[in-house]
Amino acid sequence: MTQKINNQSLLKRLMPLIIFIMLVAILAIGLTLNPRLVPSPLVGKPVPEFELPLLNTSGKLTHEDLKGGITLLNVFASWCFACRQEHEAITQLSRNGLRVIGFNYKDEAKDATAWLRQFGNPYQLVAQDLDGRVGIDWGVYGAPETFVIDHNGIIRDKRIGPVDEEYINEKLIPLVEQIRSEQA
Amino acid sequence: MRLVIFFVMALVLSPVYAGPVVTYDFASEEQEALFNKLSNELRCLVCQNQAISDSNADLAKDLRDEIYGMLQQGKSEEEIVEFMVVRYGDFVLYRPPIKPMTWLLWFGPVFALLAGFYFVIRIINKQKKAATAEMSSEEIERLKTLQSEAQAMKQAEDSKD
Repeated sequence: MTQKINNQSLLKRLMPLIIFIMLVAILAIGLTLNPRLVPSPLVGKPVPEFELPLLNTSGKLTHEDLKGGITLLNVFASWCFACRQEHEAITQLSRNGLRVIGFNYKDEAKDATAWLRQFGNPYQLVAQDLDGRVGIDWGVYGAPETFVIDHNGIIRDKRIGPVDEEYINEKLIPLVEQIRSEQA
Repeated sequence: MRLVIFFVMALVLSPVYAGPVVTYDFASEEQEALFNKLSNELRCLVCQNQAISDSNADLAKDLRDEIYGMLQQGKSEEEIVEFMVVRYGDFVLYRPPIKPMTWLLWFGPVFALLAGFYFVIRIINKQKKAATAEMSSEEIERLKTLQSEAQAMKQAEDSKD
């Protein structure tokens, strides 16, 4: 009987500590989340309709062009420092046979051309969104951002920030395999 | 000292407002009010802790232009908010909608307050109970003997006089 009472009062005395530890745990999880990673409502939806001029070639890129195969739409700009960081990873993906299309966001044609000449051009096509108007329809709020688009023109994922090895291995490769199995 | 005061005043009184200064022409006052309301309630995604009304970020400027353009086309408040949410998600709203996902956000504080009341009332009741707790028969017995002893001592003292 007394043993039980002791246990109860011990629990009672430890209660504030337990609550405190729980609070710390919740806050600690909160601290590890990145507030910049805003989940896009566009994931799972068809690509927004648009029409943009191409960089350094005549012709246009439209939403229809994004259907057919798996496409990586990479939002980049010459003024964007983090784009340089991911450039090698993007180039590697392009070399491995993935269709990578550039979305030149709020840039100047001559700056973008110089940038691509300096660092190499991994893109099959580069669409120019000079005023960022189409970028708004895509929910773009910074560069780099990368959209994974499936053969039906559905946005399957959006990467905010540079594409890195971790993202490629843990998210992109499984997703590409999944889309391929759906295609088959 | 005067010099210090001068510098402090110079610092305090200098015009430090650095908000965006583009002005728009509105067809009516209601339209202007709606524009101000919307741009104060929509969050800038680049700077996150600012509304798009007071952000200097490029995107915030674009979005202000976009809202202005939609107002000129006669779009309603709901249509404009919808436009933003479709593209950027609920995150752009400073007042997120009430749905299962946000229940904790909306009702958590009320719940915490009620839980606090509950515990305070419980503690107060317990203390009250402890203060008015009934004595055991042993304690009553002991009180009686103490009282009679005191009585006897008092009587003895009284009889001395």
